Formats: sequence, C-alpha cells, structure tokens
Amino acid sequence: MKLVTIAGPPSSGKTSIIIKTIEELKHRGFSIGAVKFDCISAQDEEIYSTHGIPVRTGLSGGLCPDHFFVSNIEEALSWAKERNFDFLITESAGLCNRCSPHVKDVLAICVIDNLSGVNTPKKIGPMLKSADIVAITKGDIVSQAEREVFAYRVRQVNPRSTIVHINGVTGQGSFYLAKLVERTPAIETLQGAILRFTMPGALCSYCLGERKIGDDRQIGISKLMNFRGDD
Amino acid sequence: MKMEMLELSINELIERIPWVEEYFSSFAIDAAKFGDKKLEELETSPCNEHFIEKGSNYSAFLDGFFLFIEQVRDLQQGDGFTVQSLKVVPGHDKNGKKEAYSVELKKGEVTAIVGPTGSGKSRLLGDIESLAQGDTPTGRKILLDGQVPTDEERFSTEGRFIAQLSQNMNFVMDLSVEDFLTMHAESRMADELSHTVQKIYDTANILAGETFSKKTPVTELSGGQSRALMIADTALLSPASVVLIDEIENAGVDKIRSLELLVSNNKIVLISTHDPLLALSADQRLVIKNGGIHKRLKTTNDEKEHLKYLEKMDRKITLLRDQLRMGEEIELTELLT
Repeated sequence: MKLVTIAGPPSSGKTSIIIKTIEELKHRGFSIGAVKFDCISAQDEEIYSTHGIPVRTGLSGGLCPDHFFVSNIEEALSWAKERNFDFLITESAGLCNRCSPHVKDVLAICVIDNLSGVNTPKKIGPMLKSADIVAITKGDIVSQAEREVFAYRVRQVNPRSTIVHINGVTGQGSFYLAKLVERTPAIETLQGAILRFTMPGALCSYCLGERKIGDDRQIGISKLMNFRGDD
Repeated sequence: MKMEMLELSINELIERIPWVEEYFSSFAIDAAKFGDKKLEELETSPCNEHFIEKGSNYSAFLDGFFLFIEQVRDLQQGDGFTVQSLKVVPGHDKNGKKEAYSVELKKGEVTAIVGPTGSGKSRLLGDIESLAQGDTPTGRKILLDGQVPTDEERFSTEGRFIAQLSQNMNFVMDLSVEDFLTMHAESRMADELSHTVQKIYDTANILAGETFSKKTPVTELSGGQSRALMIADTALLSPASVVLIDEIENAGVDKIRSLELLVSNNKIVLISTHDPLLALSADQRLVIKNGGIHKRLKTTNDEKEHLKYLEKMDRKITLLRDQLRMGEEIELTELLT
C-alpha cells in the first residue's frame, strides 16, 4: 500500500488535481482509493464517485481538523488495505495555514495556486515548508512571469521540494505528478510513524465549549498579544 | 564554504549575497533585529522555538539556506538546461493508426499547429511539455538534441524549460509595470536590473499598438498591451528554451514582430492557431487530425506570397482601426485592392 497525503488551502484545486492524478494512475493499471477530510461539509464525494473513485469522507465538525486527521488516518489505511488498493490518497484542507497532515516517510504533497498571491508561500507553515512535492495550480490564467516568480517564492520557503505545475482543468502536468506518486515506497502500517510537525496546540476552556468572553473564562493554554509594546 | 558562512553574521551574509535576505525574511529573521548574530548563533538566539513557530526548525532552516543558495546559483548559470532541437517521434492517432511523420523543431524556428477544435493540438503541446516517452495516450516520444532525456532531466525541469502563453492568461499581481518587471528580473537573478527592465518595457511598447507607461498597474493594461508585455518578458527574461503559444489572435499586438522577437532570442516556438497570418509566417506547419499528426508542410514560396498580401491586409486593418478611433471618415479611394 502506498500512502500519499495531500493538503492545501481551500479552493486551491486539491480535488481536481487528485482526480486527474488518479486517472493517470488508473491508466497504468493501479487501483486507488481516496479519503477526504474536511470541516463543515464536503460536496466532493459526488465528484469522486462520478469518476468511479472509491471515497470516504470525514467531517471534523467542532474539532481541529488536523487532530481529527491523525485520529482517523490509521483506520483509513485499514480500509484501503481491505479493499486491496495500490494507493490511498488523503485530501485535507489547510485551514489555519499552521496545520499539516504530513507524516515522515509518507509522500507529502502541498497544493497551492498562482492566484493566491506572491506573498502566500511565506504565510503558509509546515504544510508547505515540509512538503516533498509542491503542486502549483491555476497557471493557465496568469502570465508566464507570474508563474516563474511564484515558483521562485515557493523555492524560497521550501528549497527541498520538487515543484510540479499542474492544471486541474485540462490535467496538464498530472502526468508528472502521477509518475512521482508512483515512485513512492509502500508502507505497511502507521503504528509508530511520526508527524513531520507538531499540530497546533490548543487546550483551553474554549476548546471545551465555552462561549462567553472574559478574563475569568480563560482557563488553560492561551497566548496574549502585546498592544502596548513600542509606542 | 559552509563552515565559513556559519561564522558570518546575518548582515555580512546579506551584504555578500543580497538575495538571501528574502530567504531570512520567510523565517522572520529580520536584519534589523538579528543582523549582528552569526548564522550558527541563531540556534540559541532567537532559538529553535522561533523556527518552530514559523513552521520549521533550526536545522531545516540551515539545510534549506545552503540548498537555496545552490539552487539560485544554478539559476544564475542558466539552468544548464537548454536545447538546440526537439524531435517528436511518431505515436498514433485516436484509432491507434501510426503517425506518418516525425517532426524536428529547431531553435530559432516557428512551427504552427493547425487543425479543428478537438483534433488534438493541445495534446501535442502536452506531450512536448511532459517530454513524453511513449507513456502518454498518443504514444509519442520526445527527443532532446536527438537523445532520450533521462528521468532526472524529465523531472528536474519543473516547468522552467517550457514557457506558455495563451489567450486566457492575465496579470493578477497588484503592481506597476516597472515593479512587476523588476520583481521578475530579481527572481531570475538578472544582471543590470534596471537595464533589463527598460529593455523589456521598450520592446513591449513596440509590440503593443498603443503605448503605456511604466507606472501603469499591470492589471489595467488592455488585452493587446498585456499580450505585448507577456511576449517581451518571455522572450527576454524567461529561462525557457521552448515557447508554446495557444492563440494570440488578439487585436492590438504586432503578431509578426512578436514571433520574430521570440525567434531572434533563440527560442523554439510552437504556435497553435487558426489565424492564416500566423500559420503562414511559421517555417513549417503540422496538421492535426483525429489526435495524430496528419501532415507536415513546409511553408511554400507561393504561400509566402499570400503571406505578403495578408500582412498588407493586417496593416490596413490596423490603420482603419486607428482612423476610426480618431474620429476620421474613410474615403472610397482608400479601398484596398
């Protein structure tokens, strides 16, 4: 079983490129399953189904989506094993730019789009900085110069990664991505595997359902801004 | 070299290699605050926690720093990935019938791709873009300078080897023409920044029907001006040896001069087009039918005569457009015969 974790900001084109890449892999005779992790709702199940891709969706609801991801990834892998898939691809949205589902020795892909602006690579944390492959989308609607500048900015924050330019509409570039995905080594289990980065920590009264605002309600781990610093 | 750099302060590093400042800033290592610190001191001050806060850690920051320098130096040396010619080895069409032609694309030459919508023009561009090795639906193979590219070559190009230009592309950055070109030139590590920027700006203005100022935001350029700027920038600043153009039938940009500019900068140019003027100004054209290369035609002398007439018509259309826009009336004596 080969596992691939794919993450990226909302609307960066994750589902489209996953589907295009899966289609490439299918051409080569592989069977692939997908798991979509999301927060509030996910309408992508239908899109996967129309392409004949077995999919499971998990909604984290009130929980941190990446904590939710870790709690469920092993079961996802077991599901994929039972179905005898060659590949399992997980998709999760990087909602706070601080989280990252990437696991050591498991192929990690970050999807990011050219339209998000040249300063975006700097704003994204470990999801981008620790990825093995950075897939850059929506290159078909910006200029060559902007594509080059954007890729350079990605390189600045993650010189280790391989950059793949990919078009989620036509699938141009998915060929490359599929080739890279195909090369990843198989894994047996995630027992004992290590996350590439710590999840955002949160254990305070608001995590437990508090809604009222006020000093006396702040219990647990919190962090305060300094508003009276240097004036 | 690494050991030596570890001993240098952030300020000294920035002074020696100005572009590393951007790398430091992506980890919030600000010269104003940490300028006096040696690179190796950053581990204890601001300390590893600082790097973790930024979604990394000190050792990844340090490894990345040296890797980044290496990569940018490669970039400065022109990528070491330029080709003189591309060869398309025949695959098959949608019915599995073998293509009759292999095609050679050379530096400084223009090849037009013609055929009805859906015939497979984009697929051919896609095969070239991915340096297909019999592993795409068409079964075509692409040779670089007569050689099969290694896997390393196929995967390490990261799109730098091919530039693309299409009608759907727009500028999205919120910058003036000058700032935009400067930013691109910086990312390309171009020498003599202001000179490069000026040259691209002047060239773009020659290609565009209507001139624009350096202070114009790129998002406010007209369709023709945008196209002109994109072409000038690609020709003069992009590292790509191959330029794939998907339709530039836009009014307001000098099409013939645009192709000449790309060719004179030693690019291999492929243009997918329905425009007879562009198709005939190419050195050769490929006719795509049912997913395969159906014909390969050299532009004949007779066709070049037609081209002259088309160019005359094109100039006439431009002239009429300008006259109408200036509020002039058109006389019968001006009828093109």
